[in-house]
Amino acid sequence: MCKLHKPKGAWNGMNPIEVSSLKKRYGEIKAVDGISFTVKPGEVFGLLGPNGAGKTTAIEILEGVRKRDGGDVKVVGLDPWGNGYELHKKIGVMAQDFTFFENANPREAIKYYGDLFDVKVDPDEILKEVILEDSAKNLFKNLSGGQKQKMGLALSLVNSPELLFLDEPTTGLDPSARRAIWDVIRGLKAKGKTIVLTTHYLEEAEQLSDRVAIMNYGQIVAIGSADEIIQKHGSAERLEIHGTEELANYIKKNTELKVDYDGKGLISVSLDRKTDALTALVAAEQSRLEWGEIHTRRDSLEDVFVHLVSGTIDEHGEIKAKENTSYHRGR
Amino acid sequence: MASVKRTFSDLRLFGRGYLRNVAGLFFGLIFPVILILIFGAIFSGNNTGEVTVYLQNQDRSVSPPFADISWNFTEALNSTAILNVQSVDASENFTKYLSDHSSSDGIIIPANFSLNYALQQPINLTVYGNPTQSTNGIILGVLNGVIDFFNLQRYGGAHIIGIDTATIGYESPKYVDFLIPGLIGFSILVSPMFSMVNISAEYKKNKLFKQLSLTPITKFEWLASKILFYVVLAVFSFFLMAAVGIFAFDAHITLTVWLIPFFILGPMLFCSLGMLVGIAAKSVESASVLGNIITFPMMFLSGTFFPISIMPDYLRSVAHVLPLFYIVDGLNNVMVYANYSAALIDITVIAVVAIVIFVAAAKLFKWRED
Repeated sequence: MCKLHKPKGAWNGMNPIEVSSLKKRYGEIKAVDGISFTVKPGEVFGLLGPNGAGKTTAIEILEGVRKRDGGDVKVVGLDPWGNGYELHKKIGVMAQDFTFFENANPREAIKYYGDLFDVKVDPDEILKEVILEDSAKNLFKNLSGGQKQKMGLALSLVNSPELLFLDEPTTGLDPSARRAIWDVIRGLKAKGKTIVLTTHYLEEAEQLSDRVAIMNYGQIVAIGSADEIIQKHGSAERLEIHGTEELANYIKKNTELKVDYDGKGLISVSLDRKTDALTALVAAEQSRLEWGEIHTRRDSLEDVFVHLVSGTIDEHGEIKAKENTSYHRGR
Repeated sequence: MASVKRTFSDLRLFGRGYLRNVAGLFFGLIFPVILILIFGAIFSGNNTGEVTVYLQNQDRSVSPPFADISWNFTEALNSTAILNVQSVDASENFTKYLSDHSSSDGIIIPANFSLNYALQQPINLTVYGNPTQSTNGIILGVLNGVIDFFNLQRYGGAHIIGIDTATIGYESPKYVDFLIPGLIGFSILVSPMFSMVNISAEYKKNKLFKQLSLTPITKFEWLASKILFYVVLAVFSFFLMAAVGIFAFDAHITLTVWLIPFFILGPMLFCSLGMLVGIAAKSVESASVLGNIITFPMMFLSGTFFPISIMPDYLRSVAHVLPLFYIVDGLNNVMVYANYSAALIDITVIAVVAIVIFVAAAKLFKWRED
């Protein structure tokens, strides 16, 4: 049975995860190249990056199912490879593309896991928690993609772990199934669970994570809350004015502000100080030229992400790295 | 520390999944029974055992009172209940007649047979036959017996030596008596072997082993649960096959506690071997090919469908390195001959091989990746 909210104090001041200079290579390929981070009690920590950035390798090392080549890793105070057996009793894991025995149903699977972990479980309670009560008796092979992922989530909860690893929990799901999984994850967060989540969906990381580490080429290129990352890696706040190139040139000439024109009727003025906006607007008014709508704008996480990983976001919100960025070869 | 609870929980889940898989049930339980029915029907059905032979009587001699000796001779051949003599008209080209009837077995009674018999002149029958076929030997044997009888009678002699048939405690084994231990060995081999090859390769591909590595179940417990399952399946399958053999074909087999070691060690051996093959293969497809390469020769060379005594020496040597041979041989020793000291040797060999392969499978098989 899932324990109710456990206070963050349950960690006794210990961080659930501490990673320092973690390295893993596959032959010439540096899959994880010296990453360091800490996951704090009760937070949802997102590892965001394009496919092949090294997220799954990193999370599998933390889960104790893959051996690392270098660096220090402590998960719930244990070395994941050396103390894997002990670790697995304390954590919950939902692997990427979760699969199970095809002729077993979710209820049987939960009971089975209960026996393996030697804990008393109420399958109905766990199924309710992941919103899978209606499919309790459907065989795994007959479940939809979203239901299979929910069953994976359900099994990761059987041993009442305080730390959960969710490796791309919504990959391949349709938008409504994805949102249903998000609701479950939010519920777990509300109960105080610490969650590590990998995803290549920007929206998923933004919606669910307290802090995000952006991975590319096996390295962490940015880490922090969305605001912190935007502040650190995004461009400064700017004033956008709908106007002509002539107006842009006028403002540029008559102020000391940095002014850009996009060639399509949008003038962008960088705001080092809030009062720079006033200066720009006074100049626009003095020009006696036509200008329309104005607003201020900051970079979104998406802008920063695209800038950091030189990738693009497709129509599904999935991050696509440029072809040569999926892995980088060792020197 | 191995946990019985985890092992049995895994056994329960696996067994339930197996029972929901119709194809698995068919191959595990029904298929061996179908094989018994087919082989049993072929070799133990309403076969009269008569060998058909074509006979052309060219005797036209008439010399009373010996005019119908050739006819008497033909009747004597027919009355043995071993030969089914088919007469061919003297006008036919005999060799052409034989080939037209796809037969190589024929006898020609020469002209003047009766006359020469009466005159005590030498007579030579012509016998056609293919020495590589067992029917040829049967025909020559019967023919010689009848010829001796006619020779003896011509000189007014009588039989001095006769035959009384007897048994040495058990009835002479029939083909079906050998077939049942063979097919029990077959099912002990095939079900766990094919299933484990497939499971190991499939679980590796689907990362189900990785999934299990995240729980407290150990590799030994997991493998032990599969072995237990196939032990239960082997016992069920045994009772089913024995029942069909006894009730349908009147097989004479002994049910004894000596069977138990075979039902435990056999599945242990082949579950572990199947697992080794499955984890050694790079893909599910190559696992299945590798599994077949190992399973099929073993199936045919271990005395499963026919005794290895009919095989040439080099194949017999091959049979002696196949673990299934010791299972089939042991089952025959226990079920047909009640030769328990020979069975003990078989059991010892199987036990050693099973333990070695079990330990190798459990050690070499990795839940996690480096």
